[in-house]
Amino acid sequence: MNPAAPIPDPTPSPAAPVPGISDAERAELRRQGILLTSIEELYNWGRSNSVWPLQFGLACCAIEMIAASMARFDIARFGSEVFRPSPRQADLLIVSGTVTKKMAPQVVRLWNQMPEPKYCIAMGACAISGGPFKQGYNVLKGIDRFLPVDLYIPGCPPRPEALLHGLMELQAKIRAQPLTGPAAPPHLRPGADGGECVIPDFGPHDLQPPHDPARWQPPRLIRTE
Amino acid sequence: MNPAPPLSPAGASVRAVQDPFHGDLLEVSMGPHHPSTHGVFRMIATLDGERIVRLKPVFGYLHRNHEKLGENTSYLASMPYTDRLDYLNSMTNNWAYALAVEKLAGQAVPERAEYVRIILAELTRLLNHTCLAGFLLQDTGCSGTPLMYAFREREAILDLFEALSGSRMMCNFQRFGGCRLDPSPDWLAAAARLVERYGAFLDEYEELITVNEILLARTQGVGVLPAALAVNAGVTGPMLRASGVNHDLRRVDGYGLYPRFPFRIPLGAHGDTYDRYMVRMLEMRESLGILRAALRDLPGGPVFDPKAKLRGFRPKPGEAYGRIEGPKGEIGFYLVSDGGPNPYRYRVRPPSLINLTVLEDLCLGHTVADAVIILGSIDIVLGEVDR
Repeated sequence: MNPAAPIPDPTPSPAAPVPGISDAERAELRRQGILLTSIEELYNWGRSNSVWPLQFGLACCAIEMIAASMARFDIARFGSEVFRPSPRQADLLIVSGTVTKKMAPQVVRLWNQMPEPKYCIAMGACAISGGPFKQGYNVLKGIDRFLPVDLYIPGCPPRPEALLHGLMELQAKIRAQPLTGPAAPPHLRPGADGGECVIPDFGPHDLQPPHDPARWQPPRLIRTE
Repeated sequence: MNPAPPLSPAGASVRAVQDPFHGDLLEVSMGPHHPSTHGVFRMIATLDGERIVRLKPVFGYLHRNHEKLGENTSYLASMPYTDRLDYLNSMTNNWAYALAVEKLAGQAVPERAEYVRIILAELTRLLNHTCLAGFLLQDTGCSGTPLMYAFREREAILDLFEALSGSRMMCNFQRFGGCRLDPSPDWLAAAARLVERYGAFLDEYEELITVNEILLARTQGVGVLPAALAVNAGVTGPMLRASGVNHDLRRVDGYGLYPRFPFRIPLGAHGDTYDRYMVRMLEMRESLGILRAALRDLPGGPVFDPKAKLRGFRPKPGEAYGRIEGPKGEIGFYLVSDGGPNPYRYRVRPPSLINLTVLEDLCLGHTVADAVIILGSIDIVLGEVDR
């Protein structure tokens, strides 16, 4: 990080500003000790600073995830030290490692068991694309074939700092989420269902289905003649 | 035939089992997502009351086709994959694989490289045993504190690895005929400083927990492994020595330059979980002695045999088995060459998997909470169990 960079404002300017007040007036009020904010900003500020991850390690990256929660890197500074063993209490699924075809149904089931609002981070090369084991017959080539991934953290394994940076990016994403309209999280849209992800079967030859067609399609060659 | 037993509200993970000999039993599936199974390992425990009467381990949730990939890549390109076998101890995996290929190709290793390998292997042993002590105590319920202490020291060792190889965990450091890089004098001084203060950490850690009454009650007499069973099952490493069998490949094989270093081999008397914990704590102190001697006597010279061939490497047809005493036990690589650029057969002898085969014998008659501690004391890494 650049030490000369200004310390970011803990409540960044919202996607939808407070109506009737300019940013300059708002800054002036803050200098006087009056904090003016919207419900949306306050709500998102609260939930972005208490993202509870699921205590779920798959492979090598899980060791770095544990290291990130230990004293040196201290993920508690970002409000995410509460690793929950139960998916019912977790907000964030960190897919930390190689997802094999035998394990993929369990990972998707855990995701389905998590309550909304929930977020998914694909940590490391294996979770993104299969990584070094991509050619293996038993390796799922990227968890985004079944889950809606919010953030990808490259590395093999990513350093704990990279995980922290990913978490900060996720917090920025959460803060920018509107609470109304079609872009709101599913739990705030009446009638909207976050939708359960398709749980594949571990069949004799491959996963059935091998990918969720609604979420992922194999890349197609586009010819321009 | 009895009708199918009813599912409990918890679903398939807990169900009643009808057994005409034992009455009503309960089958509990722990894993593959469970905080205490050290990865994606699954135990199906059948309980009579609180006691385990059957335990079925289920592997394969992290089967990453390591051996098949090894047969389809060149000898050198398999080296990074060995990092990811036992991802806590990449340096010893590298050494075992390099040793197998050097045996296959008849490749000599310079003296300085042998010293560097010993230094790195013993640092890895410190790293692994420290992490194990932290995770094991976490499993007994000391939530947080011992693991924090252990990871503080792990970071110190990882800093050394990173300064030397460029990566914290996946070092990819050994080559056939030596090491990739020569450690600088600064690095050696930093390693010597770490070795000098590590004893104080071990004292602090043992003072904190080793004679804790709850720890003694939870671990002594739990999961006793008889020496005969350990030998028959092929158990190796600290687990075998905790059962009182004096077998350490550093002494038996005398690979590398280990015969030059005096060290004692700690042995357990009971083979229970406490012995397995204490053997590792004592081994760390012996490793510190080896490290001191190796850092003091490190000779000059190259760390890589200049005549060694890395590109276009094609060993003569033949087979070789290279094994070393890894932190978890005997880690070995068996290679068959047909003269091509890839091995014809590539096989890993994983200590974690073979030590894990005695899990049911250790757990029978104990409670589920004890099974968690026993599994922790076996010291498995799923990357190596499933490969």
